[in-house]
Amino acid sequence: MTELTLLQAINQALHLAMKKHKEVIIIGEDVGKDGGVFRTTEGLITKFGKDRVIDSPLSEAGIVGSCVGMAAAGLRPVAEIQFSGFIFPAMQEIVSHAARIRTRSRGVYTCPIVIRSPCSGGIRALEHHSESEEAFYAQVPGLKVIMPSTPYDAKGLLLAAIEDPDPVIFLEPKRIYRSVKEDVPDRYYTVPIGKAKVVQEGQDVTVVSWGAMMQTTRKALEQLKDISVELIDLRTMSPLDDATIVESVRKTGKLVVVQEAPKTCSVAAEIITRVNEKALDSLEAPMRRVSGPDVIMPLYQLENYYIPSVERIVKAIQETHAY
Amino acid sequence: MPEKTIASFSIRKLSIMDEKGHVDEKLLPRLSHDTILKMYKSMVLGRLLDPKLLAMQRQGRISTYIEARGQEACQVGPIFALKKSDMIFPAFRETIAMITRGVPIENVLLYYGGDERGNKIPRRYAFFPVSIPVGSQSTHAVGYAYALKLHKKPNVSLTYFGDGATSEGECMEAMNFAGVWKTPTIFLCQNNQYAISTKHNQQTAAETYAQKAIAFGFEGIQVDGNDIFAVYKAVALAAKKARAGEGPTLIECFTYRLCDHTTSDDAKKYRDPKEVQEWEKKDPITRLRLFMERHKIWDKIKEGKLRKICEKEIDAAIKRWEKIPHPDISDMFTHTYASMPTELQEQLEEISHD
Repeated sequence: MTELTLLQAINQALHLAMKKHKEVIIIGEDVGKDGGVFRTTEGLITKFGKDRVIDSPLSEAGIVGSCVGMAAAGLRPVAEIQFSGFIFPAMQEIVSHAARIRTRSRGVYTCPIVIRSPCSGGIRALEHHSESEEAFYAQVPGLKVIMPSTPYDAKGLLLAAIEDPDPVIFLEPKRIYRSVKEDVPDRYYTVPIGKAKVVQEGQDVTVVSWGAMMQTTRKALEQLKDISVELIDLRTMSPLDDATIVESVRKTGKLVVVQEAPKTCSVAAEIITRVNEKALDSLEAPMRRVSGPDVIMPLYQLENYYIPSVERIVKAIQETHAY
Repeated sequence: MPEKTIASFSIRKLSIMDEKGHVDEKLLPRLSHDTILKMYKSMVLGRLLDPKLLAMQRQGRISTYIEARGQEACQVGPIFALKKSDMIFPAFRETIAMITRGVPIENVLLYYGGDERGNKIPRRYAFFPVSIPVGSQSTHAVGYAYALKLHKKPNVSLTYFGDGATSEGECMEAMNFAGVWKTPTIFLCQNNQYAISTKHNQQTAAETYAQKAIAFGFEGIQVDGNDIFAVYKAVALAAKKARAGEGPTLIECFTYRLCDHTTSDDAKKYRDPKEVQEWEKKDPITRLRLFMERHKIWDKIKEGKLRKICEKEIDAAIKRWEKIPHPDISDMFTHTYASMPTELQEQLEEISHD
């Protein structure tokens, strides 16, 4: 066991994966010598060499497109897109190829690639550096979508993603890269993809969140000692573990979903729809979303109004509880 | 501090056989008569497949079909110039290349008959499934070649694309990666003069498509794309170079699409019939036939026999295809993921019961 930040846990996972699986390669902009702009790939090039840790040309479509070909040849590429807001030139390769190769070839070719990318706001960055796009990918059949919130899960989910036979979008909430720490086993282990985690049991209200919003939600719960909240970390957006959420709502009768992404057609909207389909008879209050608004992510003067605050979360849980 | 030229380039064009089947013996690749006859058969098979499938499309037996009439030399030549284990990344017009590789004609019929099982091409054919978004498959060829290089395998990858694809970012990004990584990749551009209706001068201000390679630090060459010997030779040389670790090559095959873009297109709207007639005189199949006749390895009787054999092959494939049952509803779910998530199992059940 070593106390690690989310960032260090990701770095450790990459080291372990490259050591264990010869077919794993790392590709991205500045991932080699520089160790990545956030240092998630630090030390890999020294240990595994430049043929397996590739400082690629500055081209997102080229990075992901190459990964599709590499995967067809038996490699397991882990691509880094420097910021999730820069991924759009690669969307054709992700949506039109990576997600479809298995279906298109009826399983003759597969695409076991991982696309890692730092997402979400709160680091006072420039435009395109702060968005939360998980719902985009959750809309795409063939992709799996993960956003961890703890170092333990980040390591185990990343290793699971690398082992996964299908393409995985691995979104890293950069606001908490260094601010969450916990003891993480030094060994290689995986955390199952597609399983939400009940992190706190409770009786009154179910609260679902993921990524950096988990930290804010935990802070909100500190102010709500009189309400028994069942807190669920979604961890995987696709496939969506509605069973865990439905089971919880059957117990509490109330649901609040906290996300940073825009509200409309979001993962929160999907969660609420599924609970509506599967547990309407258990509901005792309207289900609520505490969410980013449907606006362009603002620059840092206003970003703390965009990102749901502790106060907004507290209020939503209190109102839902009192309904 | 004088101003001086620090880079310059020139582009070669390779032609070996003219429209009458006369060849430049010095440039002619060494090919056995048997190989030449096989090449010719592949081209004729492709030529005869087009009208059959076109007719089936008009009868409503299959949907949109993509012909390739006129481009037989560009499609067949590379397959003969490469090893069977060299990986092909086609776009969507490479049906003739596909069947030349040995992929059963039923696959073509299945695909254009709306059944995705047509794209199930076993790995032994080393032929990647059809890629519709223009130019986007070029990056796959480069990634694949990177893996070949990493594993020190003696193979190359070849990607087919068209003139229009050179305006797509991914095609250029692929060339840039291939140049930087020196991958064993052959970029085979079939310049058939039109991207649907868009002509060369609306697509690029560059004089040739071949010269686009220069900007990425590797060789580009133009060949007469209706001359199978030139196509064969250029690909064989590029493959030799790639296998020797000397990196990628861009080959622009200067050709012409004698047919419509697809069965949904009407090329008469944007092409002068006189232009088509001029190109018909440059037919890649005619000139190879004239060459073979001149070398006394071909005659009218053999031609008649070959056509019958090809027709039979196609008809037999159609008969086999007709017997393949339609896919089950579950077929669209089965390959979404390696194992089906709960939500898809629920959705499959929902659809199956409705």
